[in-house]
Amino acid sequence: MLTPKLHIPDGFVNLPVSALFGLLSITFVGLALKGAAKTLDDRTTPLAGLTAVFIFAAQMINFPVAAGTSGHLVGAALATVLVGPYSATLALTVVLGVQALLFADGGLSALGLNVFNLSVIAVWVSHFAIVGLRKVLPKTKSGVTIAATVAAYISVPLAALGFTIQYAFGGTGTIPVGTVGTAMIGTHLLIGIGEALITFMTVSAVIATRSDLVFGWKPTLEVRS
Amino acid sequence: MNKVSKRFYLYFFLTSALVAGALSFYASSQPDGLEKVAEDTGFLDTAKDSAVSGSPLADYGVAGLENERLSLGLSGIIGILVTALVAFAVFAIAKRLKSGAKN
Repeated sequence: MLTPKLHIPDGFVNLPVSALFGLLSITFVGLALKGAAKTLDDRTTPLAGLTAVFIFAAQMINFPVAAGTSGHLVGAALATVLVGPYSATLALTVVLGVQALLFADGGLSALGLNVFNLSVIAVWVSHFAIVGLRKVLPKTKSGVTIAATVAAYISVPLAALGFTIQYAFGGTGTIPVGTVGTAMIGTHLLIGIGEALITFMTVSAVIATRSDLVFGWKPTLEVRS
Repeated sequence: MNKVSKRFYLYFFLTSALVAGALSFYASSQPDGLEKVAEDTGFLDTAKDSAVSGSPLADYGVAGLENERLSLGLSGIIGILVTALVAFAVFAIAKRLKSGAKN
């Protein structure tokens, strides 16, 4: 088959630790469902739905990163800058759910692990990176785009760190966690470059045409009530 | 929704359809970062088949379609349509929570 598996399969991490992350993920997705309400209106709701659609599509494009390795978009920073962190968590979770249930990509017991790394860690790392970078970058569309691009780059190795932590607590393999962690983060520092490029191109295109819809372009990033 | 927004959302959707339905065929078939690390460090064999590995859409193909380009492309189109349905339902619920909170 042309498209490789994209997400954590069943078996890598034992059931108790998978269940624990399942519970954590349910909690965060529940909070996102409540939080997203504050940012959704008639104009931004379609963009939130389409962001999930675009991420599903973009994740089908594995790009080569190094000998024998490919990477693919996560889309956390992209979603966060477009629709805010709460809706980004929901969008990524929908994508992961469809992939796991319909396409057998990412295990069912591993769904909580995948949601935690991509919909929670990668999204919130992106959010705080974007908020921080916006303070020091010019208050221009380019400034917002660059903030999202850098956030995209950082989010990928940190999601890989998420897997490393899950492996440390519940890995069923006998490989030392240091070995796994070094390889995971090293590889994902490369994959992050592709994430940053795709995020840069997409955010540039959207912010050039419809900056009024872009959450990260608002003067203040209101995520608290 | 005004005409300009409609057109913007239409382009956004059509781009996704193009990527999932056609460009996906040209994706790298090398293992992704996680799979490669699992293979190289030696824990790939701990992976188990998903409980839904018999799904007619498993591994981004449509069961019964021999042509790889067609099978992958159609699975991508089905994928974005299902994602759209679920996502719009989820965001409609999230939006309703807001109006509920106001009452």
